[in-house]
Formats: sequence, C-alpha cells, structure tokens
Amino acid sequence: MALKSRAAKVRKKQLARKRKLAAGKNKLSTKNNLIAYSFILPNFLGFAVFTLVPMLFSFVLSLAKWNGVGMPQFVGITNFTRLFRDEAFTRALLNTFVYTIFTVPFTMAAALGLAILLNSKIKGRNFFRTISFFPYVASLVAVATVWRFIFSPTVGPINLFLSSVLHIKNVPMWTSVSAPAMFFVVFFSIWKNMGYYMVIYLAGLQGVNAELYESAALDGANGRQKFWNVTLPQIAPTSFFVLMMLIISSFKVYDIFLNLFAGGDNQLTSITRVIVYQIYNTAFRGLDYGYASAMSMILFAVVLGVTLVQFHGEKTYGQQGGES
Amino acid sequence: MVGARKRPLYFSIIIYIILAVIAFITLIPFVWMLSAALKENKDVFNFPIKWIPDQIKWINYKDIWTRIPLKIFMQNSVKLSVIVTFLQVLTSSFAAYAFAKLEFAGRRVLFLAYIATIAVPWQAYMVPQFIMMSKLGLNNTHLAIIFLQAFSAFGVFMMRQFYMSIPSELCEAARIDGLSEYGIWSRIMLPNAKPAITTLVIFTFVNTWNDFLGPMIYLNSTELKTIQIGLRMFITQYTSDYALIMAASVVALIPVLLIFLSLQKQFVQGVAASGIKG
Repeated sequence: MALKSRAAKVRKKQLARKRKLAAGKNKLSTKNNLIAYSFILPNFLGFAVFTLVPMLFSFVLSLAKWNGVGMPQFVGITNFTRLFRDEAFTRALLNTFVYTIFTVPFTMAAALGLAILLNSKIKGRNFFRTISFFPYVASLVAVATVWRFIFSPTVGPINLFLSSVLHIKNVPMWTSVSAPAMFFVVFFSIWKNMGYYMVIYLAGLQGVNAELYESAALDGANGRQKFWNVTLPQIAPTSFFVLMMLIISSFKVYDIFLNLFAGGDNQLTSITRVIVYQIYNTAFRGLDYGYASAMSMILFAVVLGVTLVQFHGEKTYGQQGGES
Repeated sequence: MVGARKRPLYFSIIIYIILAVIAFITLIPFVWMLSAALKENKDVFNFPIKWIPDQIKWINYKDIWTRIPLKIFMQNSVKLSVIVTFLQVLTSSFAAYAFAKLEFAGRRVLFLAYIATIAVPWQAYMVPQFIMMSKLGLNNTHLAIIFLQAFSAFGVFMMRQFYMSIPSELCEAARIDGLSEYGIWSRIMLPNAKPAITTLVIFTFVNTWNDFLGPMIYLNSTELKTIQIGLRMFITQYTSDYALIMAASVVALIPVLLIFLSLQKQFVQGVAASGIKG
C-alpha cells in the first residue's frame, strides 16, 4: 500500500517535470542526448570498429576476388554462381542443416523439461542446477576429447560394452560413418549446451505470475492443463529467445565438429564438414577471401531469414511479458 | 508457493530417477576424465572400466607441466579472460543504461543495430575482421582477442533486459533528488543488477576461456597461445598419451569450474530472485 501512494507521488512529480520539460525542451534534449551517447560510446566504439565495419566489409568482399595482396578485383556474382556448383560446399550446407534440425528441438525439449523439474520443490535442486551447468562451462577441447575416447570405435567403452556385453557384431563407427557420426555430434551438442538453455528457461519459468497457477487450480486444472494453458503461453517469449539462439548457434557450429572428428591437420572428411569449416578452410588455407566471404553471405542469409521470422513472431507473442 | 498440495510418492520417485539418470550422463565424462588421468597409459581403455586404478599415478599431473608449456597457456588464458570480462561488463552495463532508461535521438536505430548483430554469427564476418586486424598489425597479438571479445552486443542486450525490470520510478525519484545520470547508474542500477552482472561475468569469462576459433585464427606463436589451442596442440601431437591428455584436460577445466562454483550461489539465487517474490 505504501508503495502505491509513493508511486502516485512520483507520478505527480513526473507530470510536473514533463510540463517543465516542455518549456525548455530543445536545450534539455540536446543535453540528454549527449549524456546518453556518453553511456553508449565506450561500447559502441569497439562494437563499430570490430563488428559493424567487418560486417559491411564482408558484403563488398563477397563480390570480389582477393588473396590479401594488392587490390581486390571486382567479379560481380561469380563467387555465388561458383558456390552452387561447389559440391564440397553444398555438402557442408546439407550437413549443417541436418545438424540443426536434430539439435534444436531436442535441446529445447531437454532444457525445458529439466527446467520444469528443477523449478519444482525438490530436495537437492540447487545441486542438480549446479551440475547441469557443468558441461556448458567445461572447456570444449577437454570434454570433446573425453567423449571422443568414450565413443572411440575401437577402444571406447561404449563400443566395448556393445560388443562384449550385448554381443553386437557391427558396432557403429561413430567417427567415420555418416549417420552414427551425426548421432554422436548431436548427442554431444545437447549434452554440452542444454544446461545453458535450462537456466534461461528457469528464469522464464520463475517470471510466470504465481496467481495464474492459483486461478487455474481454482478452475480445477490438472498439471498437464496448467502446463499447456499457463506455462507454455507464459514462457513463449523465452522460447522464442531460446529458439533463435539455438538455430543461430547451430548454423555457426564448427569447433564441436573439429574437436570431435578432426586429427592433427584440423581437416574434416566430407561427412562432417560444416559451413564454417568451408569458410575457414577457403579463407585461411586457400587465401581465397572473396569466395570465403560469399560463403559467409549464405550463412548470413540463413540466419537473417530465421531472425526475421522470429522478429515477426515476437511482435505477436513477445509483448505480453513486457507490459505488466 | 503453488506446490502446497502434496505430491503422490510414486511421482517423486519418478522425478528422482529421471534426475539421477541426467546427473549420471552429465557427470560421467568428468569422472572418467579424473580416473583416466591417474592411470598408466595402457590401462586407460581397459574394459570393464576400473574407476580407481590399482596404482594411482599422481606423477601424470607433474609430467604435463614439463611436456608442454602448460603454464604459459594457462597464464595467457587467465590474462585474456580477466581483461575481456572486465571490459565487457563495464562497457555493456554502461551502454545498457542508456538503452533501458534514457530517451535520446536514434535510440531505436542504435538498439536495432545491436540486436541485428547479435543474430549475425561472428563466423560470418571473421574473414574481413581478420584482414582488418592484420592491416592494423594486430594479428598474432593478444589485443586481437581482446578487441574480438570485449564489446559484444550480447552483453548490452542482456544488461538492458535486466535494467528494464528495474522500475523507472526509482530512477525518476533519484533524478528529482538531484542525482546525475552517472550517479543513478552507479548507485541504483549497478547494485540492483548484481544477479545480471554475475551472470554476465560467468558467461563472458567462460566464453573467453573456452573460445577456440578466435585464438586458432589469431595466435600463431606458442608463447601467445591460450589453454584451448595449447591443449588441442598437445592432444594432436601426443595422440597416444591418453592419461597425460586427460590430466591436462582436468587442469584446463579447473579455473573455469572454480569461477562458476564460487559465483554460482549468487547466480542461482539471482535467477531465483528475479521471479518468485513477485
């Protein structure tokens, strides 16, 4: 109650201030602008120089032929027409799609499920919350190596278990045959990242107004109905955020594949090549900067498409959380 | 809370079984790593797995420091992670205040630029960025990694989202009491944003510590390399030294787990505090 009267007082003062503001508006707003810019500037400088400029530069570069020496040579859309005839690239594109299609929904479902479990009142939930975040904070190189050992086709415990305990003769070649390799990397990716998205979901779940559950309970809703009619719609903005982050991070995947499958030469075979691997190889090994930038544009276009869809969705879904 | 009604017993049992399975899958690689790091090389892949070796080889943890320049790699990673985290938290909590609480010309456009670039993966512009850094003479320097990591749009976005949940009336009241905008930022926003800052510290530190592709592109000299590429170098050079590889991996994990564990209480609380009290 005290809060309310305080808020009313503040609002009155605000009104008075607005009137004052209107009087000396121009002068004030210039000053306000400068103050605001001073807040933004330190971050914006770094952001502009090392993010915005290279981003714009990559558009230009994608229309050129350049090996880093001399002047770039303008070649129009040649790089792009070359892309679609480049089997290595289309294969990498396909691999990336497959990886994304499997990783995104399973990670989302696992993260949400875990968040719901760990949002309920259970003993030891802080312990479970903490450990489920371990894989995310753990160094990729270290944990990828462990899983690589565990999944090793010849000496790994998983295949030894399959062959010596379950007597399966043709054990999966996790690192060199297409389907098992994809299973392996998707499994690893879910294992590594679900804790991160779990935390985001947890925050979303805790933002759901408890009164909604109470009134749903009064209306006689059971657990499942509460989930579909209260929880899911209420956390829709969170789900959008998670979906966006997941799709984007799946498309830019490379380090996971490199650490799970590549040897000392950092090369991948055609079944495990992804877009960013192609970009990396073309630019930093082949010194074909223009062509690599054209590949980047494809990555960019895919991500942009996804983002636009989501942006549109957020307009319809995202508002409800903000107003209350 | 809502869950005042009593849950049936079988329900709780199922929940705990699911959690136990998840905990098992989550932790098993770490346990395996710890165990393998203390074994003789030839015993690492013995099956069935012997979790505690007959002869515990602590010496593995000593050997790795002489086999590779692990100390240099660790120092580099600590240095870079600390600097990047500091710059990131400082500049983005600062910029986020303007986006969340101030009216100014171009706010929408600028914020949109930030949001748009969150969506653009770094990998899509890493090539021109590399060329730029090279022309600036920053290739093969730590400065390249710092510039690469310290000004991410994500930090600004995250802090801004959190600031939005702090009532504007608080700032308004402070303004009326004569506090400057910088004062409001340091005395009202920052203290109230502790959970968000903690979260950003964890994310930034972990990301920088674990970053792989950035250092792989920019750092060529061994004495500049971070623990991630150093570890990878070690793994690919001594492919059959399984036990040593695992010992080095354990060492690479420790700092980041320590950071996480020391902040996680506040972190979990921070996540919790944002909602339940409502």
